Parts: sequence; structure tokens; C-alpha cells
Amino acid sequence: MNQDDLKNIAIEEQEKNSAIQHEIKVCVAASCISSHSDQVKSALEQEVKARGLGECCKVKGVGCMGLCAAGPLVSSHHGEQMFQSVTASDAAAVVDTVIENKPAPAAIVLDPKQPFFAMQKKIVLENCGEIDPERIEDYIAVGGYEALFNALTSMKPVQVIEQISKSGLRGRGGAGFPTGLKWSTVAKAQAPNGKYVICNADEGDPGAFMDRSVLESDPHRILEGMAIAAYACGASKGYIYCRAEYPLAIKRLKDAIRQAERLGVLGNEICDTRFSFRIEVRLGAGAFVCGEETALIHSIEGNRGTPRPRPPFPAQSGLWGAPTLINNVETYANVAPILRNGGEWFAAIGSERSKGTKVFALAGRVNNTGLIEVPMGVSLREIVFKLGGGIPDGRTFKAVQTGGPSGGCVPEQYLDMAVDYESLASVGSIMGSGGMIIMDDSSCMVDVAKYFMDFCTSESCGKCVPCRVGTAHMLDLLAKMTNGTAEQEDLALLERLAEMVRATSLCGLGQTAPNPVFSTLRYFRDEYLNHIEHKGCAAGVCELKPLAARVGA
Amino acid sequence: MQGYFSKPSPPSDDRRWKLVDGTMRRHGHEPSALIEVLHTVQESFGFLTQEALLYVAKSLRVPLSKVYGVATFYHFFSMKPAGEHTCVVCTGTACYIKGAPALLKAIEETAGIRPGETTSDGKLSLVTARCLGSCGLAPLAVYDSEIQGKVTPEKIREHVRGFMEPAVAVCAAAETGVGA
Repeated sequence: MNQDDLKNIAIEEQEKNSAIQHEIKVCVAASCISSHSDQVKSALEQEVKARGLGECCKVKGVGCMGLCAAGPLVSSHHGEQMFQSVTASDAAAVVDTVIENKPAPAAIVLDPKQPFFAMQKKIVLENCGEIDPERIEDYIAVGGYEALFNALTSMKPVQVIEQISKSGLRGRGGAGFPTGLKWSTVAKAQAPNGKYVICNADEGDPGAFMDRSVLESDPHRILEGMAIAAYACGASKGYIYCRAEYPLAIKRLKDAIRQAERLGVLGNEICDTRFSFRIEVRLGAGAFVCGEETALIHSIEGNRGTPRPRPPFPAQSGLWGAPTLINNVETYANVAPILRNGGEWFAAIGSERSKGTKVFALAGRVNNTGLIEVPMGVSLREIVFKLGGGIPDGRTFKAVQTGGPSGGCVPEQYLDMAVDYESLASVGSIMGSGGMIIMDDSSCMVDVAKYFMDFCTSESCGKCVPCRVGTAHMLDLLAKMTNGTAEQEDLALLERLAEMVRATSLCGLGQTAPNPVFSTLRYFRDEYLNHIEHKGCAAGVCELKPLAARVGA
Repeated sequence: MQGYFSKPSPPSDDRRWKLVDGTMRRHGHEPSALIEVLHTVQESFGFLTQEALLYVAKSLRVPLSKVYGVATFYHFFSMKPAGEHTCVVCTGTACYIKGAPALLKAIEETAGIRPGETTSDGKLSLVTARCLGSCGLAPLAVYDSEIQGKVTPEKIREHVRGFMEPAVAVCAAAETGVGA
């Protein structure tokens, strides 16, 4: 396999595609499949076959189109025509519309020009909803693996890292560490026993599903990004650590690896060079703490996923003591486009200190739940009210929760803030991996804080005391507040405890566990006071004892 | 160290041990393959039996204490047999905001079980998941292996009743429930 072979596959595939006049794309990512898009796909295939249109019309399964709430989604004419909530019985109507231009029933028409689609800028998700994730040829036809082969044949590892550094790409897992710097640290490390490249696909934040969508919709993109990283750092073996809760993503990754090895874009002597690289998938087993890099390494080694103090950082001593590069799925997904278009191109997108785009998962009390990709620096108001389509049922916006259990709640007064790593940190939240949960006035912030504390308590690995015991006590205090038995001093105790857990925990899980408490206390202190002093919950979520009953007791 | 290591033979001639052996062989019986092997055991047997833990420990040359430690550390592994049917309720943030607690309450009222429990007749197990990653369809539930989005307490009650009743009723519930 060399560059010419790759080009031939691309040309052959493009020719095949150009012979087809009409392409009907059906989303086959997990969200739409759970709304039975697989049945829709086979109904469309039958319909096309029954009408004898097999020559000019093709039904193709593609990855996530983003608007999961309106699934199953179907698109045609290169995304200019879209259909929502399609069922198998709509197949005839869809084919009528696509082929004969008849108007489709209003219930299934989806406007592709609405802000949800129009305001996005797709880099990571550019192939999602476009290519068939189960065929490597489809990925090659849109320029896949070109960046890898170019790097292997015409760039030195140092030049690859230079482009990544120039692009200003920062780790998309949440902390935002400069990717170029991480790569060069691993590249410079001495490694008598080889180096490793790991992809962190243990997307544990509840409410985040960006990585799952990328893995399901464009798995080869991750393999290519990892291979480029391996070339740049001098590694020859890679691991993808994926949650066991994502069976479809795991299946597509394993299939993709098999296809890539069969074609020779992974394996020995890739592109007739001396570079060899193999990837293995390792399954997580439902431990949130394994998103922390040292815990993840322990888990790959077959141990309990407990973190260890850093330094040494994995870049110096990671998997089996060898220098190890760990990046998140979305970070790897950005690599191939950066090499294809150059670092400067990427650096021109986004805000001053956060470059490029970010994928967010919109969920909760918002009309358009789903996946969006926007340039860094877009305001929260645009995300929630334009792309997200506002709050349903005429309710009012209360807060947006970013960063999962390590993040915080951003209230209404900061809606016009430009979203990037620094701005979110300045208001007490974090970028996190990109989950955005929108809450309206039906959510009680004390209850939300309790929810996240419950999460952290049960996910604490138990290695260090502040996290193991501190989170449990904080949960007790929050439970007292939500059941109406808290006293005034409990609030002060909660604040002291939160500060202690933050300052003294071993790893990121414990250090950031108090964040939801901090941020809700900062912006919604009156709700806490209402729970404690008046035993009242304005949202009506908490089952507090009525005040009169307490006085009588 | 012993000079020669001979792999123990499977606890029984159950064919599912072949799958477990296959995974161990693929990883060269490396101790680091422990989690992968436990995944295979759980997939094949439904849960981790004591017998299986012993066999895996011996085959991979890992202390049983460590195998037990790993098996109990990760939430995904279960050491109890599951019921005939499983109902998973997602309790991720989006599902929580959109009413997952009400779903759990509905199941508790209908079947009398809380998360992690199985009904006394072994018909139904209730499990919670941290996030299934289909937050766009919140709240989510998984009946056996079928994911269902936008679940309401009424719908889940109906499904649970179907699981609890004899086989005929299960089929009827599955038919009406699928298109919903």
C-alpha cells in the first residue's frame, strides 16, 4: 500500500459515487438506531428496489447528523433535503420526494437551513452524516488517510509536531493542555522499550456523547489521528480505551481496525516506509475515574483503575513504564484536518487562546437536543437559544451545566460570554469534554449539586481519604438540605469541607468534585438558604417536610 | 518460579469456557488481559461466578485476591446472576433532569425492586446506567437489549408488568411497546 494505491481507491470510489444520481442517507448512529432507523433503512432499500431505481438511487447508512431529538434522520441531495422522525411507513413518501420532487408530508420535513445546522462549523464532524462508517473506502474517497501518507513520505516527525503546535490545538478531554507540547514531550522522551499512544474514549461524563458519535460515525478518523501521533512521537503500538457501555462504537472501531490492517494503512511498513503501527481496543468496565490518565493506564494494564500521583507524567513514564501519549477522541479527530490544511488554517478559527472548533452535546431542557460543532468563542446565548432552539414548554432558562461532575453551572447573567477554556474557568465551570446540560426553572440547584455529589461519591475509587470520605460527608450534608433537616451551620460546614476536598485530593476526580457545589453556591445561594431556613424548594423537586409539621414536632 | 507452567483445564465441559479460553489465548495469557477476560466471562455466563474467577486467576497466573479486587472495583461486572429480563434505566444528567427518578419510582411501585435488585421470582432485574450516551432521547430505558427513548412512567410500568407476567403477556407487551 502506497500513496498511488490510496489514490486509486479514492478515484474508483468517487467514480462509483458519481454514477449515482440520488443518494439517500440514513443515520445509523446509536441514537437514531434506538428510534429504529435500521428498519427505516431497509424499508427505503426495498422501496428503491421495488421501483427498479437500483441503478441511479442508493440508500446509504451514515453517521450522526446531529439533531438526535428529531431522529431517525434521513437526508438527500447532499444535505439540502432533510427528513425527521421518519418511520418505515414513510419510505414511499421519502423516495417520492427525493426522486420525483413531490412535496413530503409536513410532519417529516426538516429544514436544513435552520440555525441548528446553518450556524455550525464542522471540522471534527465533517464526515459525520456524510460517509458510511462501516466502509474504509468511503473514508478514503473523501481524502481519508491522505494526511497520514503525506506525513510519512514528506514530513519529519518534528515537522508534524510543529504543525500541531502552530495550530494551537488544546486537549479536548477537558483540561485544555496544549497538544503540540504534549506530543513533543513524548517525542523527546528516551524509550528503550518503545512508546505507546493511547486514545481516551472512556467518555464518562453523564450527559456527554460527543466521542461516542465520532467513534460511531467516523472511526477511521481516530485511527488516522493516532497513527500520525505515533509517527510524530516514535510509537509503534496504540490502544483505544473505550467504554463498554458503547457496544456499537466498539464494534465499528474493531471493524475499522480490521479493514485498515487488511488494506495496509495500519500494520507493518505503512506506505512502504519503515513506520509500523498497530492499534488494539481495550474495554473499560464502568469506572468514571478511568478517564483520569494514570487510572486509565492502570486499567489497560489489567489492574483496578486507581490513579497515582504525578509526576512522573505519562509522557515520561506511562503504560508499563514507557513514555505514553494520551489524548482524547476529539483531539485525535482534529489531527488529520490540521495536517491537511496546515496549522495556520486551524489557528485562524476560534478565539484568541482557544483555537479551532468544539463539539458540544446539547441535552436537558432544550428544544434541539443533539450534537453541535461551533467555533470557540461563540456565545452561550447563541448555543442555547439559536442552535438549541430555546427552552421547551414556555419555561424560563435557569443555568447551563458544563463539564459534567467536574464542572459547574453557568447562570443567565453570563449567557453572552464567549465560550472558551478561559472564560468558562473564570465563571467557576470548566470546558470539560463538551457536555452541556440546559436547565430550566423546574430544576432545583441544590438537588443538582446533590446529584453530582452522589455521582462522585459512588465513583470515588477509594484510594485517597479526602475524596473517599469527604465526598460522602458532602453528600450527607446535601441530602439533609434536600430533605429539610439541615441547620444553618451545615452550610458553613459544607463550604469548609468542599474547600478541603478540592485542596487535598489525589487526582482530578476529587479535586474537582466540589465544583458543582461551589458554582451553585456562588450563583444560587438563595436556593440553599431557602432550603435551610424556610424548608422550601422553589422548583418543587425536593420532598421537604412542610414547615408547620416541623414546628409541631 | 516454577519452570513450566501448565494451564489448568476448565471447571466443566460447558462450551462457553471455550470462548473464555479463546480470549486468554488471543492475549497470550498475559496477566494484563484480566479485564478483557472478565468481559468475556460476563458476556458468556451473564455474571462472574466464583468458579470462573478461580479459573481465570489460575490461567492468567494472577492472585485470586487481585482478580476479586478488579471484579468488584468496576461497576460493569456483576457477581450475582441477573433476572430473566433486565431493565436498565439511565441516570445520566440529561435523563435525571428529564425524569429518570420518576421512572425508578414507577418500577419500584410496580415490581417492588430498587436499582441493583432482582424480583424474588427471578423474572426481572433493575439496573441503572451512568449514561448511555443517547442524551438526545432522554429519559432512556433499555428493556433487555432494546433501547427506548423518551420513556414515561406509564410506558415503563406497562413494560415491567409485561416482564413479570407469563410468557404470553410478554410477547403482547413487546409488540405494543416496540413502535411506541
